[in-house]
Amino acid sequence: MVTAGSAGIGGERAAAACGSVLSGIPGLDIDPFANEFFENPYLAQQALREAGPVVHLDKWNVYAVARYAEVHAVLNDPLTFCSGRGVGLSDFAKEKPWRPPSLILEADPPAHTRTRAVLSRVLSPAVMKQIRDGFVAAAEVKIDELLAKGSVDAVADLAEAYPLSVFPDAVGLRQEGREHLLPYAGVVFNAFGPPNELRQTAIERSQPHQAYVQEQCQRDNLAPGGFGACIHARVDAGDITVAEAPMLVRSLLSAGIDTTVNGLGAAIYCLARFPEEWARLRNDPSLARNAFEEAVRFESPVQTFFRTTTKDVDIGGHGVGEGEKILMFLGAANRDPRRWTDPDRYDITRKTSGHVGFGSGIHMCVGQLVARLEGEAMLAALARKVATIEITGPVKRRYNNTLRGLESLPITLKPV
Amino acid sequence: MPVITFIRPDNRSENIEADIGESAMQAATRHGVDKIVAECGGNAMCATCHVYVDENWIGRLAAMGDEEDALLDGVAAERQPSSRLSCQIKIEQDLDGLVLRLPERQV
Repeated sequence: MVTAGSAGIGGERAAAACGSVLSGIPGLDIDPFANEFFENPYLAQQALREAGPVVHLDKWNVYAVARYAEVHAVLNDPLTFCSGRGVGLSDFAKEKPWRPPSLILEADPPAHTRTRAVLSRVLSPAVMKQIRDGFVAAAEVKIDELLAKGSVDAVADLAEAYPLSVFPDAVGLRQEGREHLLPYAGVVFNAFGPPNELRQTAIERSQPHQAYVQEQCQRDNLAPGGFGACIHARVDAGDITVAEAPMLVRSLLSAGIDTTVNGLGAAIYCLARFPEEWARLRNDPSLARNAFEEAVRFESPVQTFFRTTTKDVDIGGHGVGEGEKILMFLGAANRDPRRWTDPDRYDITRKTSGHVGFGSGIHMCVGQLVARLEGEAMLAALARKVATIEITGPVKRRYNNTLRGLESLPITLKPV
Repeated sequence: MPVITFIRPDNRSENIEADIGESAMQAATRHGVDKIVAECGGNAMCATCHVYVDENWIGRLAAMGDEEDALLDGVAAERQPSSRLSCQIKIEQDLDGLVLRLPERQV
């Protein structure tokens, strides 16, 4: 067992433990990147958790952790479990990355420390205070618009439309070309997966989206005062180089939209399925922020990330060699009964602190405050203005190697 | 085990036992002190575990880093000279008796 914060995972004991190839690590015939898994991951995630603290996925020849303690421990030991060799299955030490690696997501200290500090300041709690009123007003406008229609698709008309109505403006993007944003993010998150059809097809079709993003990240194409311009301003302060600034803007465009789309989609889907929780939210709209947070735990819009071992390690008493990819099941950890009481229940008053839906440690989502602001603003507007959310058509899942979310969620909203 | 006193805005107080090496935030959330939200789980990112350190104790804590200082500019309640993030207060035996006041709001 790994105990939180202590050294159950550590290299020193590993040399002895690493004698046999798998050291008794159970091999499982589960493909977490297959459509059947996307449709219903919960039994498979339970099997992954119960099989042991570390398992081997034979299909992709990779180690994986699915229990909360091990996922949390791996996330919080970035020296042993590095990101610089990529946070997908592809090992940058062996394969050319499909795009120039991210300067923050796919970097390790000390390089990561410097770039991370820049984005942390650009997306800080103090900055959130400045943008808050605008995000809240836009959520109310959006809900009024949807109530006027009555029947809408909660994915396209709400979960996608609302972030697209606030985030690109906050970054300072030009109006033209924004249709590339969601497809680009779709490629990025599919590309973390194994070389399956989803990944290959996404990369093959990515060129126009990559071209847009590269152009949009340049200083001249970003409006003054936005997050993008704030990043470029750090060049003048000497914190980053001219070449680094557009790459850090790219991180916002890669990870700042599709993630919140799926977070919002998860929250609406939860509230539509669990009327008692919806009633509690309507009764007390101040629960909106936690209702969103709990949806992130419950659905885990970002399901998985990988790390690479920098030395021989011991995970839960099992040896794993240097240079091995480790797949972390964030979604499974967020429903691990070892950590959570009644984990399969969506409870908007749950104490959610410690969930790994935004990751944990030095790579924890740098845009988490923007996500929470969008989630809180949208759910509070719903709670104040909407009486009922009814699912009125077939719910269709969207398949992506990393992101869990819906393609379509037809709903009818009735006003208060 | 060091004991920490949390004082709520309405002056009700709560004494909790903390483990050496954990943060004041971790001790608070472990004991269900509901005015400590800690959205980011202790990663010094969210500024929702804000506390006002009692004046008798403020000088006895390790100095804050630049990141904590910047985060405190974004706290929901008023920032005061005694403001700290409880996730950055590491509990040692010599903090036995520490008194932390809770702000009106964290978000």
